[in-house]
Amino acid sequence: NLLCPGARCGANLCRLMSIRSVSVDLNNDASLLIDIPDALCERDKVKFTVHTKTTLSSFQKPEFSVPRQHEDFIWLHDTLVETEDYAGLIIPPAPPKPDFEGPREKMHKLGEGEATMTKEEYTKMKQELEAEYLAVFKKTVQVHEIFLQRLSSHPILNKDRNFQIFLEYDQDLSVRRKNAKEMFGGFFKNMVKSADEVLISGVKEVDDFFEQEKTFLLDYYSKIKDSTAKAEKMTRSHKNIADDYIRISSLMYQQKITRILIYTHIVVTMSFVSLQKVEGRVASDQELKLTELLRYYMRDIQAAKDLLYRRARALADYENSNKALDKARLKSKDIPQAEEHQQQCLQKFDKLSESGKKELTSFKGRRVVAFRKNLIEMAELEIKHAKVRSSIQLYYICFIMCTNELQYAWGICKILCEQI
Amino acid sequence: MATSSERSPPPFPDSEEQDVLDTEEVANRATDDDDDDGEDLFLSPTNQSLAEMEPTLPPTSQNSDFLIQPPIDIMSDPLIDPIISPEENKPAAEVVSEPSDDFVDLTNNGTDSPDDTGTADSTKDTSEIPLDEPSDEFFDILGSESGAPQEEVVVADVTVEASKSEDTDPPLDDETGSKVEQAKETSTDPIINITGDLPASDTQQPPTTNKIADPLLDLFSDTPAVDAKKPIQPIPDLFEDEGSDLFTEPRQTKPAKQPQKSLFGEPDEDLFAEPLGATSKKTISQEPKTVTPKPSGDGGDKGANQREPADIFTEEAVITAPTVSKTPGATSKTNGVHSEEDTDIFAEATVELSLDSPHNERKKDMTAKPSASAPSLAAAAAAASLTKPQSAALEELEEEEEEEEEDDKFEINVSVTNPEKIGDGMNAYMAYKVSTETTLPMFRTKTFTVRRRFSDFLGLYEKLSEKHGPNGFIVPPPPEKSILGMTKVKVGKEDSSSTDFVERRRGALERYLQRVVNHPSLIQDPDVREFLEREELPRAVNTQALSGAGFLKMINKATDAVSKMTIKMNESDVWFEEKLQEVEAADQLFRKLHTLVESLVVHRKELSLNTASFAKSAAMLGSAEDNTALSRALSQLAEVEDKMEQLHQEQAANDTFSFAELIADFIRLLGAVRGSFDHRMKAWQRWQDAQSMLQKKRETEAKLLWANKPDKLQLAKEEIVEWEAKVTQYERDFERVSATVRKEVIRFEKERTKNFKRQIIKYMESLLQSQQQVMKYWEAFLPEAKAIA
Repeated sequence: NLLCPGARCGANLCRLMSIRSVSVDLNNDASLLIDIPDALCERDKVKFTVHTKTTLSSFQKPEFSVPRQHEDFIWLHDTLVETEDYAGLIIPPAPPKPDFEGPREKMHKLGEGEATMTKEEYTKMKQELEAEYLAVFKKTVQVHEIFLQRLSSHPILNKDRNFQIFLEYDQDLSVRRKNAKEMFGGFFKNMVKSADEVLISGVKEVDDFFEQEKTFLLDYYSKIKDSTAKAEKMTRSHKNIADDYIRISSLMYQQKITRILIYTHIVVTMSFVSLQKVEGRVASDQELKLTELLRYYMRDIQAAKDLLYRRARALADYENSNKALDKARLKSKDIPQAEEHQQQCLQKFDKLSESGKKELTSFKGRRVVAFRKNLIEMAELEIKHAKVRSSIQLYYICFIMCTNELQYAWGICKILCEQI
Repeated sequence: MATSSERSPPPFPDSEEQDVLDTEEVANRATDDDDDDGEDLFLSPTNQSLAEMEPTLPPTSQNSDFLIQPPIDIMSDPLIDPIISPEENKPAAEVVSEPSDDFVDLTNNGTDSPDDTGTADSTKDTSEIPLDEPSDEFFDILGSESGAPQEEVVVADVTVEASKSEDTDPPLDDETGSKVEQAKETSTDPIINITGDLPASDTQQPPTTNKIADPLLDLFSDTPAVDAKKPIQPIPDLFEDEGSDLFTEPRQTKPAKQPQKSLFGEPDEDLFAEPLGATSKKTISQEPKTVTPKPSGDGGDKGANQREPADIFTEEAVITAPTVSKTPGATSKTNGVHSEEDTDIFAEATVELSLDSPHNERKKDMTAKPSASAPSLAAAAAAASLTKPQSAALEELEEEEEEEEEDDKFEINVSVTNPEKIGDGMNAYMAYKVSTETTLPMFRTKTFTVRRRFSDFLGLYEKLSEKHGPNGFIVPPPPEKSILGMTKVKVGKEDSSSTDFVERRRGALERYLQRVVNHPSLIQDPDVREFLEREELPRAVNTQALSGAGFLKMINKATDAVSKMTIKMNESDVWFEEKLQEVEAADQLFRKLHTLVESLVVHRKELSLNTASFAKSAAMLGSAEDNTALSRALSQLAEVEDKMEQLHQEQAANDTFSFAELIADFIRLLGAVRGSFDHRMKAWQRWQDAQSMLQKKRETEAKLLWANKPDKLQLAKEEIVEWEAKVTQYERDFERVSATVRKEVIRFEKERTKNFKRQIIKYMESLLQSQQQVMKYWEAFLPEAKAIA
């Protein structure tokens, strides 16, 4: 009776592989702990429950939870970006808008195709979609959580008033959504910014460090953007394969067994049933460990680039103020004002440079650590998946070779189908 | 009791013989046209049945019938036979002592069973079953220990008669003049033993010889087996060969070769190797039952020296013919021509004999000495006999599978290699190298190679399906013509899709040919041999997709489809109904599966591409990274992904070649199975039409009778007779086709299972290997990732 232990073993191996983790490493400091234990999805809106535990005296209570929506996060991010004082900091990238379009669309398609499918196939596909939906949901919650955690772990940003309000105010923040004008304004601002970027790129850099950082980040950004796109494609096609496996195995499984090619039937069913789940997990793990990492750092680098831009802007301002001062001196007019302005600009620039240097260095360290963690995890998961797959296949080959008793085989096959 | 039993069975033996005869004939005289074939077939059985009632008539009609159709191979062979056989005979004399122990077995059993003698009818029953369900039969016989002895008895029964008849007609075997004498000597013992038990039942029979004529055929077919076995060694060879040649590996035969030489003075025959152990003989002959038509080929082998397969029958005919010819009223039987006349009849006889008698005897032997040359087989058989022989399809399959393992011996191996484009432009075509390796003696050499183009393969199929399709054979279909794919190749684009296409096609052609040569009946077809052997093949015509002939074919197909729809068959046989449903369900399922697997392949290729581009991108990212350790890790990652891309690519190829193509093959084959069902339906339709025609004729006769018109009445009566004959003929035709289809479907299932098992294991192994590679790559990567500081 070699089959029963085998069947159990296969099932267990498959269950082992559900370890998921956050893709960003944070130096958590116990004075302010934030997490999102719960979230509710209502139509397009996702309501997150933001839970805070703190020892800081600036908060009224040591522990509290508030309901927040995605828009609130965006508001928080925008206010941080707009705060002049934080110009020298890398503001953590805002979490992307929850996107359930993919699974929703698939669900819709599935609903349409229900008639053409058998019940078994339908339920199986539905289950799979639900799982995918859940995964997207979890991921969404995670990125929001990470945003807050990065703020909380930042020595300056965690003292921000707006941030504290965001965490503490137990009513609905009722942040209004940006209206059309503002949206357009934002768009316009972006245009100006990029034009400005081009303009100030002519300004001679005074600091080698920043010069280097700038070229590096620009280069890195384009590369990582490319990699992200490619990785997304890769995981998508991996998912397609997993879907194919599901379709094949459910086709074979639900079908009334064809007696004329009974052996073939059983064997095909078994092989694909055993493959389907593993393949799906490989795809989603890859997505989580690799694609998400790349995606996050793409945004983070964008934030770092923004910092560089702000600094360059300040530098340009400083240069301009220098010119203005020269002009004023030449005209011997308004010299004190120009001097003052020039001083201000210099101060601002120096401050920016100083904090920017710090930020960028820590960013580098953070990136390396995160990459390390994720790559290790990914490699481990890949190894684990490969092991599971090969053990399933090995067991399976033995099974095919050993048994001619088809009735028995079909029974085992069914058990496998249910358990895996 | 015995007589009654003897009387009742006639219809069965008849139909049985027909079936077998049919297959045999197809194998033998593939050169004849279908029509000829059919008529011969039908004439001979009718004659036989007539013989039951009017013993005087048949000989003449038979004679004419057979004299008219002069199968050249058969004609020529008898001439050779006598020359060879004397050689065989002599050694046989020396060997006589050897078989004696097996003899003893036989007689023992014979003596054990006298009480069963009365139940001769039961034996008959068992022998009937086999034809419907060859596999079942096997179990029945093996499974029921009592059954075997019973058969023995019958056999013994016959022996008596046969030996008697031999006494009376000494000249019967032109070739075995000396043999007979020895036979008489040696067989005296058994006769004594057996006759002791049997006379009671026998006595009743002699007077009814005429009626028994038919059953006798049956029995006689057994007769030569049994009585020949003891005294005349060469005939036992017959059985051995059937088994050994086809099913046993050369390995076994080789060591045995030497002794055999001494026995038979036929050094080049491996087939004879086994004979030394009488037991091994039997164990081996166990297999033939699964594949009925096979014996023909073996017989040829026995004859050794590249004789045409038909020889067997002539040989046997030489032996058996006389025995039978006695019954109708001994006509001239000494001349070679006459022996042929009987060949057809005896062809059946021999087959049955290979079906029935060897089992029984073998059975005995196996129980007696299970440690024979093939112990595993014996064990399996024993197990089979223990595990009740219910005919559940599942078990059938399983157990036959086990046997198949033994069957799966090297005898012919065909490979299609080196696809090569010949010519340019739209006239270009692909030529393939077809290499054959074989131990079958019907080929002149052991290995040979020819070049064939795709249309030749199609031409072969056309010929085969035309010849064998209507008889209910499942003719393996070749891959379809693909205008698109071929045009690409012709245009000469050296891209991956066209090489892919060529490789796919090459594989499909190879599998197609292998299926053809592994088919026990098709391999006998001269067209197949010509295809494999002949240097230059006349250009196959009418295979072009876009030609007048192609168009005609399409029209034919369309009309066929329409007529199929119009035929409303009320299925009498549940088995066929079920199978047809199964085939249709399987067809649908596999079609669906095929599209899914194709999409899997597409996605896999996509994945491979995307992985490659990601690998490149990761390498770039690595080069941009300023942390050295991370940079290295990233470029390592790129390398890993690169290798993964390779794996995905291989896997895609694997999916295509071992899986998608396999499924495509199944779909094609299922189509062929359906085709054979259609042919059966057509045969049925013909029969029904004839029946309704007969009905009409009868009605007119009745009318005429009533109207009292004697002149026309005579004509009507003649017509009725004519149509009656036709009805019986068509009915037999239908039954014969049914039986073939049944056999073929069972064979199909078995073959597919075996084939699929091999393929799927290969496929899974490739998956496993690639998984292990993946594991290796990531394990190598892990330290790199950990080294990131």
